[in-house]
Amino acid sequence: MRTTKQKEEKAILAEPAPSLATGPSRRRHILDLDDFTREEIELVLETADAMREVFGREIKKVPTLRGKTVVTVFYEPSTRTRISFEQAAKSLSADVINLGASGSSTEKGESLIDTARTIQALGADAIVMRHYHAGAPYLIAQCVDISVINGGDGCHAHPTQGLLDLYTMKEHLGTMEGAKVVIIGDILHSRVARSNIWGLTKMGAEVVLCAPPTLVPVGLGPPAFPSVTMEPNLDRALEGADVIMPLRLQKERQKRGLLPSVREYIQFYQLDSRRLAMAEPDAFVLHPGPMNEGVEITPEVAHGAQSVIEEQVTNGVAVRMALLYLLVGGVQ
Amino acid sequence: MAIPLLIVGGRVIDPGQGIDKVGDLLIDGGSIARVGQGEEGQTPEQYQIFHAEGMIVCPGLIDLHCHLREPGFEEKETIATGTRAAARGGFTTVCCMANTNPPIDSRAAVEFIQKKAAAEGAVRVLPIGCITKGRKGQEMVEMGELAGAGVVALSDDGDPVGDSRLMRYVLEYSRSFDLIIIDHCEDVSLSQDGVMNEGWVSTKLGLRGIPAAAEEVMVARDIALAEMTGARVHIAHVSTAGSADLIRRAKDKGIPVTAEVTPHHLTLTEERVMGYGWDNKKPSSLSLIAYDTNAKVNPPLRTARDIQALIAALKEGVIDAIATDHAPHEDVEKICEFDIAAFGISGLETALGSLLTLVHSGEVDLPTLISKLTAEPAKILRKSEIGALKAGASGDVTIFDPEAEWIVEPSAFASKGKNTPLAGCLLKGKVMATICRGEIAHKEDAVKLETIGRQTRVRG
Repeated sequence: MRTTKQKEEKAILAEPAPSLATGPSRRRHILDLDDFTREEIELVLETADAMREVFGREIKKVPTLRGKTVVTVFYEPSTRTRISFEQAAKSLSADVINLGASGSSTEKGESLIDTARTIQALGADAIVMRHYHAGAPYLIAQCVDISVINGGDGCHAHPTQGLLDLYTMKEHLGTMEGAKVVIIGDILHSRVARSNIWGLTKMGAEVVLCAPPTLVPVGLGPPAFPSVTMEPNLDRALEGADVIMPLRLQKERQKRGLLPSVREYIQFYQLDSRRLAMAEPDAFVLHPGPMNEGVEITPEVAHGAQSVIEEQVTNGVAVRMALLYLLVGGVQ
Repeated sequence: MAIPLLIVGGRVIDPGQGIDKVGDLLIDGGSIARVGQGEEGQTPEQYQIFHAEGMIVCPGLIDLHCHLREPGFEEKETIATGTRAAARGGFTTVCCMANTNPPIDSRAAVEFIQKKAAAEGAVRVLPIGCITKGRKGQEMVEMGELAGAGVVALSDDGDPVGDSRLMRYVLEYSRSFDLIIIDHCEDVSLSQDGVMNEGWVSTKLGLRGIPAAAEEVMVARDIALAEMTGARVHIAHVSTAGSADLIRRAKDKGIPVTAEVTPHHLTLTEERVMGYGWDNKKPSSLSLIAYDTNAKVNPPLRTARDIQALIAALKEGVIDAIATDHAPHEDVEKICEFDIAAFGISGLETALGSLLTLVHSGEVDLPTLISKLTAEPAKILRKSEIGALKAGASGDVTIFDPEAEWIVEPSAFASKGKNTPLAGCLLKGKVMATICRGEIAHKEDAVKLETIGRQTRVRG
């Protein structure tokens, strides 16, 4: 079994990467999942399978991206995403340069466009960017010829998280067709929820959003978002759920008047063992991190038998390896 | 003084006078000399002839609301460039907003604009003064002084007067001088740091939304205060169906409120921010040109339902006038992240062309459209010498070809502001000439004027 898989992996990595495409042209950027076809998502997930095999080896390195340079530019703090990309790029033998907003020329007033052009001129093959302004990756994708990967932009999108969540779910469920996924909490400010909605609905899942109405953006449902429904009552939302994903509740939401108190939020929206029992018996729990244990999720659930939160992190590296390979690996 | 100009063969439309017929128009001595065929011997000895066959000849357009940016923001626009843009757009009168630096809250500032306009302006400029000193929303300006200096209205545009008690006093006090108070209606506690219409598009893009209610709450307040004080309130750039309903009810009750709408709120929807084309062909996903900062404007572009309600309100007379809210900006303020880009559209040069799409689609008839750009704004300003084609009125005439197609090319704008969401769009309807006070302020190169009569005058 192992040898077959290795052979498959060898076959994948030896050749130029297959084309991730929308229409006739090769995909150059990963900005959000809304423009991914189901076939493209499947290609990423299959490629991630091979990558996870590499990542599981004792020497977790292949020479696929030797000579390529990946620059990560993070204008917001991040632990898992930045390190995950760095690990993914290094496992493919790419050179990695990490840039933060502090310590870069942004502090001297350099515009985002100029920063991106400079990174391109320094020879990068891909930019992974996280930015606090929604749409920032679209802006730079217009200005550079190299690949842009969105590592999270404002409240808009976090496509690589969406893909790693899909990968994790699919691994447990086999197929997403007809699966019921419940996303709980601060959907208003969540780029993860938005990207998950695109990915999940494209793969045939049904998405139920559960949150106080102050934390749900307007229009997030039919007709613009078919297959997405709202259920503000958590007990009802969880009935028949296959996957549950609580989102981090930032405490400043209370200060902005969106919630009366964190105490009341916990009372009505915290995922605890009693509520988890309302879902399907084999339902499992994801969390995009970072968690506020004791707020949106209890420690028992976060670290319990039904939690796949740590798997998500490991899968994140495999999915990002797949994306880097598919974007940069095929370019001669 | 320019030699007389005889415009022949055009379809002359002046809804204010009930004129809509093919005929001639003579401008002489800076004024309109006659409308229609002249009798034998009435034609001057020497004149220029403008062949306007197939074109529309109407009163010079009046813009109640534009930003000429001078003084203080000359990098965005000047009185010279802004009035040239106006002339290219068919406007012979523009009312310039008070959010300059320093703001127009003193006689000196008003006179600066008047002097600059007299020296460098291509068309007539009517200044609007501030409502409050420094546009700070705290103390009312010396209204009598500003009225005496010649402002046509007062507005803290961009910054609504948030304090309702102060607004009440402003409205009461304004009655002494019969000044119009123009309010930019926005409850800033509701709009907060929003950057586009709140709806499914803002949700998809992850941008902070400005709900329709942010405007409607303030429109309702202003109507209540207008009813209470009897002062003349003019609602700037109405953008929502709800605002139109509120104004309709106010007018039904006889409350002295008037309103304007912009060309972009009549023709473009919030989807523009996603980078949709003029044909509104919706791609299934975001393209690289999503987050189009040229579609960032305040109040924001709303929905198709709002557009339908605004067009209906315009036709019913609930909305009196169309005003551009021309808001030019430098590229550097637009070519950046959407959240930090400036609000505003450079609109003077595309206004008529984009509005004519409503005529071509049959939604608005041509005389109604012209009325909203001429007779109606003149009525709000209480100026009888402009916005009308009648003997003795100012020689302000706009001549346009409603069928001429052109592609919007911002680099060809006279305005310094190239910020338009219509770049590359095909518009049908082009201004061929703009005549202000009898002088040609703008003329397309294709238009040739022919001089008839004696070429040289006998001296002595």
